[in-house]
Amino acid sequence: MLELVIYIVIIFLKVFAIVIPLMLGVAYLTYAERKLIGYMQVRVGPNRVGPKGWLQPIADALKLLMKEIIIPSKANKFLFIIAPMLTIAPSLAAWAVVPFSDGLVLSNIDASLLYILAMTSLGVYGIIVAGWASNSKYAFLGAMRSAAQIVAYEIAMGFALVGVLMAASSLNLHEIVTQQAGGIWHWYWMPLFPLFLVYFISGVAETNRAPFDVAEGESEIVAGFHVEYSGMAFAVFFLAEYANIILIAVLTALMFMGGWLSPFEGIPVIGDTFLGESSIVWFLAKSAFFAFVFLWFRATFPRYRYDQIMRLGWKVFIPITIIWILVLAAVIAAKISYVTLGLSTIGIVVAYMLFSKITSRVEASS
Amino acid sequence: MTFEKFMFYLFAGILILAALRVITARNPVHSALSLVLVFFSSAALWILLEAEFLAITLVLVYVGAVMVLFLFVVMMLNINVDSMREGFIKYLPIGVAVAVISAIEMGLVIVANFGPDKVPALVRHGVEYKNTESIGRVLYTDYLLSFEIAAVLLLVGIVAAIALSMRKRPNTKFQNPSEQVLVKKADRLRIVKMKTEDRQS
Repeated sequence: MLELVIYIVIIFLKVFAIVIPLMLGVAYLTYAERKLIGYMQVRVGPNRVGPKGWLQPIADALKLLMKEIIIPSKANKFLFIIAPMLTIAPSLAAWAVVPFSDGLVLSNIDASLLYILAMTSLGVYGIIVAGWASNSKYAFLGAMRSAAQIVAYEIAMGFALVGVLMAASSLNLHEIVTQQAGGIWHWYWMPLFPLFLVYFISGVAETNRAPFDVAEGESEIVAGFHVEYSGMAFAVFFLAEYANIILIAVLTALMFMGGWLSPFEGIPVIGDTFLGESSIVWFLAKSAFFAFVFLWFRATFPRYRYDQIMRLGWKVFIPITIIWILVLAAVIAAKISYVTLGLSTIGIVVAYMLFSKITSRVEASS
Repeated sequence: MTFEKFMFYLFAGILILAALRVITARNPVHSALSLVLVFFSSAALWILLEAEFLAITLVLVYVGAVMVLFLFVVMMLNINVDSMREGFIKYLPIGVAVAVISAIEMGLVIVANFGPDKVPALVRHGVEYKNTESIGRVLYTDYLLSFEIAAVLLLVGIVAAIALSMRKRPNTKFQNPSEQVLVKKADRLRIVKMKTEDRQS
């Protein structure tokens, strides 16, 4: 009995060791977002609370904690309260199988990729239930938009993951990373380049971020599914959204960018120094880069129209992923190395870009 | 009672309560959400049986996809619950008959085939055991034909569903994106040279 208690206590400590840094990461991702977009738009961003505004997210959290949670009188009370929990629970549960470094993982289960896919597909419940339980037209419209979008992009995402598991011939995230060992040209972003793009863009759509944020659509439906939420209940949705962003960034780093592996691995001179060592630092740097790309997207692209989002998901991404799975199967069956496939893929992409550049220049001059 | 047994009874209890809620809840949305809980608890039971692949797939397919669409439909339809309850007494005898027959059938199957002396004890595997791999091995060797037939059936189902629900309305407006991409400046914009107007005095 005592052993069981100690075991459970240790697991809880490990969970805290993941969740607390994650929550801090979420808090400072919101700060980074406001600051970065500020600089991209030639503003300063928040700079009042604490030195250089560093305490801004803490102040925001305190403000939201103190605010009253208002439950609309015609709302379905039970579902209204449970919806934020349904959103945050899967987005935190998915972190249980994320390997942060070699051996640094809470639960190294065999089918961890499938587990993550299952957990991220549960996030949609919180959104639908929130939209329905609020008993408000704007909230319901937002929930419908966002649910349809999440269901559509999940398919493309799942197919992209099929490519990854075919290449690694494993469903285990740790195994997927170790299969990519041997230098930057062994990472899966090269042989799986189309799937890499599809996965990341689908990830942006899954988390309802700009340019796919019609679910929020401030100019049309106020704020989408969480219009009626205030105070901490709203903050929980906010936390879940940013935790999902970090999760997508982390998964992209793990599956396509070699996780904790060093990019200088296998390069003669630099590879022998400390830069060639694989560690959690590389993992964090790669994840931070992808999280930055999320923010960069928001500052760069205008919002997609709804039918264009659906077209991109169903008619562009899903065919691309299916074709690439076939290509990958042929490559595996013919025993061609992934490095060859990767180099030829990148070669074709570069050649196409050069070609279209030249043709557009020729047309412009004629 | 071991920890595992405790977990089994916990999840089994939740499953039965949620299953009862599916048929007793007044609100169809509550029923659908209770069904989600049923799937979840049965996935947890499968995990206790070391069938992690099947458990996660159950969550992924039924909870992540099927029930989302169910909820969608139930929320949009705005079903009038009272009118659905009207015929309760009228249909009660038929319902009870069906329930009794299926209960007897299930009882016969369970009594005949299950029990500690009829089923071999559950084999407990070590940490190295890979559930996904063993399922894949069995599916793609011993049961290849039935697996492929199931896949073809699913494909036929998809094609049939699309064929049944696809109808072209004559007045739908849509864009052709490839045409839009190929548009050149000259197609849309005409620059005209004009003489400047005299200032009106």
